[in-house]
Amino acid sequence: MTALRALFIRDLRLAVRVGGGGGIGVLFFLIVVVLMPFAVGPDLGLLGRIGPAILWLGALLASLLTLDRLLAADHEDGSLDLILMSETPLELAIAVKALAHWLVTGLPLAVAAPLLGLFMNLDGRAGAAVALTLLVGTPALTFIGLIGAALAVALRRGGLLLAVLVLPLTVPVLIFGVAASNAAVVGPLPFGTPFTILCALTLVSVVVGTFAAAAALRQGME
Amino acid sequence: MALIDLANPSRFLSLAERVLPWLIGITIIAFAIGLQQTAGAPDDYQQGATVKIMFIHVPSAWLGMFGWTLMSIAAFGTLVWRHPLADVTAKAAAPIGAAFTFLCLVTGSLWGRPMWGTYWVWDARLTSVLILFLMYLGVIALWRTVDDPSRAARAAAVLTLVGAINLPIIKFSVDWWNTLHQPASVIRLGGSTIDATILIPLLVMAGAFTLLFVTLLIAAMRNEILRRRVRTLMLMQAQAAPGSAS
Repeated sequence: MTALRALFIRDLRLAVRVGGGGGIGVLFFLIVVVLMPFAVGPDLGLLGRIGPAILWLGALLASLLTLDRLLAADHEDGSLDLILMSETPLELAIAVKALAHWLVTGLPLAVAAPLLGLFMNLDGRAGAAVALTLLVGTPALTFIGLIGAALAVALRRGGLLLAVLVLPLTVPVLIFGVAASNAAVVGPLPFGTPFTILCALTLVSVVVGTFAAAAALRQGME
Repeated sequence: MALIDLANPSRFLSLAERVLPWLIGITIIAFAIGLQQTAGAPDDYQQGATVKIMFIHVPSAWLGMFGWTLMSIAAFGTLVWRHPLADVTAKAAAPIGAAFTFLCLVTGSLWGRPMWGTYWVWDARLTSVLILFLMYLGVIALWRTVDDPSRAARAAAVLTLVGAINLPIIKFSVDWWNTLHQPASVIRLGGSTIDATILIPLLVMAGAFTLLFVTLLIAAMRNEILRRRVRTLMLMQAQAAPGSAS
């Protein structure tokens, strides 16, 4: 337990002191959202309707952008080998790493969402709904991305391949995240139904992502 | 016992050499019968002759999904038993499955143009097949980017199994998503029960396509085993060459 806590604190500290992780992610999120009106035109009614979708897409791309840092840095300086050899189960160790990563990169996206929602002509209620769905949905993105990050490390390839492998798997999260946000904005469906499915997807992703990533690392690093 | 015998690539090669000519012959005969039956099948009273696209479209869709199932079983073999032939099966099945999925998308699109008036709709079924195709491309990209085959095999196996869990979720979520956005115009391919005059040719064609899949798979597996042998020989030659580094 102390080893896991130490790993958790180390990852948070590294992320804060090295920088470039969560901050860049939020900046990227901001830029994607700002670019969108240039593409579709500054029609406030239209932006209000597609706002939740744009915020979700921006958050998805931003969380993808930061995935490279999840395991690659530890692999480069050798600490990933130590984690692999330690007595702590690998599944727990990388789950803790992913949790720390989410705190630094995923949580800021959810926090920034209501603010960026103002650009998209979303009212307070809609902005809060998007933020809530992002809060619940971004862990799923991080843990699905964990599989991609583990594969990229095991294969010593990253970048574009990681995006190609991860993005198709995120389709359900995107669908239910946007569906729940839209349900809160316009209805007619209740917010609860897609939202609970989104929660379920997150829980499934945490389990599947952790075990699949651990398997990929074990197979790839020997 | 038979499975253990097949574990040896050399045995598999000799078996493949013996089986392949027969398989090719049977496949050709099955396609001949299937095409003849298809030509004899009556036109649909609404769709006319375009209904014949179904005889290519539906078997392709089945085999596209069959390919991923086969890859998942092979992936299990790779991870659990480190079975060398399982690697080869998974690698050989990916492009074939992708090709059938692509065929399914293209024929469906060509069928959709006269029937629905558009090449593409964001219908649940179409969308989930498209994502299946994208995942095939991802797995192929993974195989292509890694030099060492056994390392690539294990990574691809993990991705394939994750995909096998995710595909039903994607299918289900896309179904749900579709009903949200276009509730009235759900397009159904096989709404009514299919008449025997169409069903029998369809089944024959499905059998022929499956035979084609198996033939292509065994040929591709043979090629892959030979390719690995060539690679090993080249590596050994490079190591033995005088003046080589390391």
